[in-house]
Amino acid sequence: MATIIIPTPLRKFTGNQSTFKVNDAGTISEAIHSLTDQYTDLKKHVIDEEGKIRSFVRLYLGDEDVSALDQKAETRIKESDVISIVPAIAGGKI
Amino acid sequence: MSTHIKTSTLQLSASGLEVVRKDAVKAYPDECCGFLFGTETEGRKITLAVPVTNHKDGDKRRRFEIHPQDYLRAERLAAEIGLDLLGVYHSHPEHPALPSLTDLEMALPYFSYVIVSVKSGKVVDERSWKLNESLGLFEEEFIMQPIHLS
Repeated sequence: MATIIIPTPLRKFTGNQSTFKVNDAGTISEAIHSLTDQYTDLKKHVIDEEGKIRSFVRLYLGDEDVSALDQKAETRIKESDVISIVPAIAGGKI
Repeated sequence: MSTHIKTSTLQLSASGLEVVRKDAVKAYPDECCGFLFGTETEGRKITLAVPVTNHKDGDKRRRFEIHPQDYLRAERLAAEIGLDLLGVYHSHPEHPALPSLTDLEMALPYFSYVIVSVKSGKVVDERSWKLNESLGLFEEEFIMQPIHLS
């Protein structure tokens, strides 16, 4: 089973679970949707209205930025893969 | 945009606070940024602050951005050392320690956002803020006197 790592600030939406095991996930996108289908309160923080990964969220497959992969979120994953959800951290005085 | 109701408290270790203040002075006139780690067993206690590079393209004097790889490292570090990733700090050079609209737009639930005000290269204030998701605004956290850890 592939593993999705939930970022700390979003764990309140997964019952404080830090990881999520994905059964039968073919692609990264399918794995993420499997997660948000189970934890629906998490969905708005990860998926936009069009069903795509939100612009404020990055996905990493191991140490690789998923947006830099040829197939991006449609990349197929293996059982040993670890997907991390990385929220954008930014701000400033103005 | 923000409120001055202090609904929760935050303990900052003296060493963590020193790291934050030094980073704010070092980065001046740019904004600094970093991660805050600690525990929540008896209230929220920040015991470790770790500076990271401000990766904002453009004017770093009024904006900060943390690279996703640095975020990944922070989560991994928290797991390795047995602490929780509890928040983020950044500085407001020549500006009060109040969250901006940009800060609010980018705010995540759960995290403490410590903001340091730096004027003429010196730290003049630090305040902590936490997102109230249901109200869509920041609530201030009362920063208790720094705790000295052995």
